[in-house]
Amino acid sequence: MTDARRAVGVIMRATFLAAVLGFFSLPLLWLASAPFDAHPTITASVPSLTLANFRSLLDNPYVLSSLRNSVIQAAASAALVVVLAALAAYALSRVRVPGRDALLYVLLLLSSVVTGTAAMVPLFELATRLNLIDTHLGVVLTLSGGLLPAAIFILKDFMDATPTSYEESARVFGASPLQILGHIVIPLVRPGLATIAVWAVANVWGSFLQPFILLRDPDKAPGSVILYTLYTEGGSPRLDLISTFSLLYSLPVVVMYVFVSRRYGFRFHGGIKR
Amino acid sequence: MSRADPAVSPAGLGRRRAVGFMLPALVLIGVFLVFPALWTIYLGLTDYRLTGLAAADPHVVGAANFTEALGDDRFRSSLWLTVQYVLGSAVVGQAVLGFALAWTLRNRPGPVKRITEGLVLLAWILPSSVVAFLWIALLDRDEGTLNAILHTPGTAWLLDHPMSSIIVFNVWRGTAFSMMLYGAALENVPPSHLETARLAGASTVQQLRDVVLPRIRGHVLTNLLLISLWTFNDFTAFQITAGGPEGRSEILPMYIYNVALSGGRLGFGAAISFLVLLINLVFAFAYLRILRGRREVVVP
Repeated sequence: MTDARRAVGVIMRATFLAAVLGFFSLPLLWLASAPFDAHPTITASVPSLTLANFRSLLDNPYVLSSLRNSVIQAAASAALVVVLAALAAYALSRVRVPGRDALLYVLLLLSSVVTGTAAMVPLFELATRLNLIDTHLGVVLTLSGGLLPAAIFILKDFMDATPTSYEESARVFGASPLQILGHIVIPLVRPGLATIAVWAVANVWGSFLQPFILLRDPDKAPGSVILYTLYTEGGSPRLDLISTFSLLYSLPVVVMYVFVSRRYGFRFHGGIKR
Repeated sequence: MSRADPAVSPAGLGRRRAVGFMLPALVLIGVFLVFPALWTIYLGLTDYRLTGLAAADPHVVGAANFTEALGDDRFRSSLWLTVQYVLGSAVVGQAVLGFALAWTLRNRPGPVKRITEGLVLLAWILPSSVVAFLWIALLDRDEGTLNAILHTPGTAWLLDHPMSSIIVFNVWRGTAFSMMLYGAALENVPPSHLETARLAGASTVQQLRDVVLPRIRGHVLTNLLLISLWTFNDFTAFQITAGGPEGRSEILPMYIYNVALSGGRLGFGAAISFLVLLINLVFAFAYLRILRGRREVVVP
């Protein structure tokens, strides 16, 4: 390769990367500047630094209650998904149930086919008939049902990878299956459980469609829905509030993502998303 | 119970107990995933409404919803917008940009790679409500950052070019997945083969076509299928345009919401939902066919 050709390659690469960096950072600039700006406008700009926006955020009743709702829904869904998926994955990993692999694939297939979009009408109807409209439980059950198949699939992988000899000796000493699961298997697959929990929390935290259609009462709505109503309803949006809230609402997801990829490495087939 | 019995686990978990362990998860999945899918079929055959006479006493109208949808201009325009959205933002936008990034950043550890990957990933993991508002702020008519940078004050991007806006938005939002998948795929291409091709005088395009593509063909297919499926079902753009103005960015997910839950025509909306389910099923089956024989599964 000639020097000239190499130089052209370097320049093209640098130009491309600069364009990509610009494209991806441009929308994020506003998130970095506006929350600390004393007089935020919708244009990203160097702010006159202040933390007052965070204080006014705490004074808004909807903001705090929506964060509480987000925590309730995310924690409950994660707990439900982790417990039910661990039980099911353990049974599927250790006992040869007929049609096991087919069952797993059908469930996985269903969870990617029956999305919130494709099922919003029946989910809304179902919640109405079961009196689950305007309840945290409705959101939790709906979201958990969608997350469970993938969670079982990933956890079964973790369970398959742990040796069964401990379980055999525990059984010799008379431990029950539930004791064996709780005292031996769970500690061994703790990284898998943590991954699933974080993945479920991130999913529920960012979910919009399900809480949006299942919750009419703003007192029950999570942060993602309140954020949407903050800028769609009522005349001029309170930019100081929206920008600060956006930043606050994003932080947990970013922190969890960094935590999991640091601690357990980024396992691609268990990628954290949606 | 003998040790050789395959139905008994090392922990003494019999088949009956195993079913007991699986039951809670299966019930939840059955009620909130399988049942809604089946119920969509039935609801789609009725004239069920949110309020009024047909709410109390819905009638089975057969395929009337489907024939009405096919003759409806708003539905056909929505279908066409969805095709543009999936092809433009996923198949072309995310896949091409994602591959270009993975290719440019391969074997190049250092701060530039870390920063680029970090930014692209950030766009992917932030909550959808947050990114939607970031784009509204970026594209705002009077004070948007884009107009300030381009010196085009007063350009209402979301009103004048709603479809292009959400297509570019979705490229920004979803490129990370393609970038990471292709990044992993490119590790399967032996550097020595590329070196040989380069020494033989092959151009970059020739290297990509003759050395790289044959080795990552499976990944390319997997990627295209998954990002198409996700884009097809994505509701995030609703938070930017809600389908407007005048339905010019009303892709199918927004159409279903606007017609069924906002407009109250639940039966008609369910019929459209059923079509979405069928299309999803085609994507998923194609994906499973590729997957057969491979262990890795990408979880959404």
